[in-house]
Amino acid sequence: MARIELETVSKTFSDHAALKDLCLDIADGEFFVLLGPTGAGKTTTLRLIAGLEEPTTGQIRINGDAVNDWGPAQRDVALVLQQYSLYPRLTVRDNLRFPLRSKIRNASPAEIAERVAYAAKTLRIEHLLDRKTDRLSGGEMQRVSIGRAIVRKPQVFLMDEPLSNLDAKLREAMRTELKDLQMRLGATFLFVTHDQVEAMTMGDRMGVLNHGKLEQIGTPHDIYRNPRNDFVAGFVGSPAINLLPGHIESGRAVVTPGSFELPLTTAPAKATGGVTFGIRPEDLQITSGAPLAAVVHDVENHGTEQVVTLRVGTTHLRASVPAHIGIKVEEQVRFGWSPDKVIFFDGETGVNIGRAV
Amino acid sequence: MATVTSYGQRLGNRVAVGMIILALIVFLAPIAWIGATAFKPRNLATTVPPTIFFAPEVSPFVKLFTKRVQLKPNEKVDYESAPWWERIVLDGGERISRTGRGEVQLSGYPSRFLNSLIVAITSTFLAVAMGTITAYGFSRFKVKGEADWLFFILSTRMLPPVVVAIPMFLMYRAVGLNDTHLGLIILYTAFNVSFAVWLMKGFIDEIPREYEEAALVDGYTRMEAFFKIVLPEAATGIAATAVFCFITAWNEYAFALIMTNRRAQTAPPFIPSQVGSGLPDWTVIASGTALFLLPVAIFTFLLRNHLLRGMSFGAIRK
Repeated sequence: MARIELETVSKTFSDHAALKDLCLDIADGEFFVLLGPTGAGKTTTLRLIAGLEEPTTGQIRINGDAVNDWGPAQRDVALVLQQYSLYPRLTVRDNLRFPLRSKIRNASPAEIAERVAYAAKTLRIEHLLDRKTDRLSGGEMQRVSIGRAIVRKPQVFLMDEPLSNLDAKLREAMRTELKDLQMRLGATFLFVTHDQVEAMTMGDRMGVLNHGKLEQIGTPHDIYRNPRNDFVAGFVGSPAINLLPGHIESGRAVVTPGSFELPLTTAPAKATGGVTFGIRPEDLQITSGAPLAAVVHDVENHGTEQVVTLRVGTTHLRASVPAHIGIKVEEQVRFGWSPDKVIFFDGETGVNIGRAV
Repeated sequence: MATVTSYGQRLGNRVAVGMIILALIVFLAPIAWIGATAFKPRNLATTVPPTIFFAPEVSPFVKLFTKRVQLKPNEKVDYESAPWWERIVLDGGERISRTGRGEVQLSGYPSRFLNSLIVAITSTFLAVAMGTITAYGFSRFKVKGEADWLFFILSTRMLPPVVVAIPMFLMYRAVGLNDTHLGLIILYTAFNVSFAVWLMKGFIDEIPREYEEAALVDGYTRMEAFFKIVLPEAATGIAATAVFCFITAWNEYAFALIMTNRRAQTAPPFIPSQVGSGLPDWTVIASGTALFLLPVAIFTFLLRNHLLRGMSFGAIRK
């Protein structure tokens, strides 16, 4: 089990900078999630730690050892990929044995059998052991490829969107299973995903990556409540936060596109010029006595809640309301927000400049 | 299975089958002719119209594998007591009775055939091995000027090889590679390796590199990953490339004719040399050719499953 440190790591592919001065410190036994949109550099980070790519500059440490010059085999990390992760032509059992048969591990046949049996039992794939990998379902394949990581008892588990190819139901089940597995093994997990739900539900801590730069590191709760800038705010959370450009006038929020006003409790001192107001959908209320009028543009039923898109002039706002409230499209409603939940972002830079108290 | 419904489809199918039959006739006719002639008595080999029904004989093959040595004058004829296969070779005793006893020895054909096998198999193995490794390098690593290198490799096939025959001959004579197995193997490997690189690159590009990366992370070296993961995955491509290379090396005529004369001569230049002076014995030539066709046919047959997938050049989803 191990701690992973990245010190100002940059990676440039010919003329494209994939990572810029990335600093990361993942504690031993931590479930760390790296979240970001496609092309943010998540996979590159993983490949750098695995040793499949060399950093252009910077230092990577595993358990305090500088591993920049180490090959992937020496680093003792396990990699679980989104696809193509199982060796074709081999049975599940042979796939699980494969890493143990490497010369550097030098495992005895008895030990191999024991570890394969343990992994198969842990992941409940014992009945699949003699099957060829091309006769497995997506979920089974992903389980086997996690099993191939487990048998090695590696220092670090690196997972590159392992759940993306699974259907929604299975993904949900695997999320819980993976988290559970990590707790049982007490291993360090670095999990890469573009799905913020995975990040929120599984991560002990998470880092949000965008254009090769780490925007924010923190616990999921922390990042959700207090995003460092409007990108993080917009990326984390589903349904997404409402970001409303405007300014503050005599203690009230004035939203520019629809030029409507909403009350504020306090305003941060720095909020002098243009401000972007961030308000989570669950902090918008649709009630008859609310201050503003809007038209229901769209209703999305999510079962336990419904996400209502409101239209004020040309501005659209998302509000999540309990499912039992009957709302129809094109209906006139009144809405307001919880002034104490507003997050303020600088209108120019997008940086978080404070939140209402 | 799709059911044939409309009249148009049925007609289309019939036309397609007809075309295939026609093509088969065109392609198979020479082979049938060779096969038939290889078993004909000499006097039926060149009849017009061709003889289709005849009593097959093995005499062409016996003649192919034996040769008549210089006849010694003034020696007693002993045709009646000669074994049957000697009698066939000795032309019904006609010449013996005129000039004396003939001697029968093994002809040059078996050793030429063996030479063909040695040269074709070795050069195919070398070309495919080198081609596969080179293609792997081009496919997986960033090679400076990759496109230029690949074009350069391809450019070796832009001239007909015979263009360089005379300089090659002079060079070979200077270094003593004339009429050696090694000389021909080097030549054929050089022809084939460019082809092998290009063909194999296409196949290896199709193999997801994630497999090898998984193996690298799992504790294997690049070489081990290549042998354990890439090679089995590329088997189809290797089979297809090997068949192409083997056919090229096996059928090569011009260089074999120029570069070899006896020791390392392959079958292609040897067979027509049997025409010799006087009337050519087409039955012997046909039997030599029929045997010559067999190795390629067998090789292709053995690799047919790989070839069916390989011929589509990776277009079929694995």
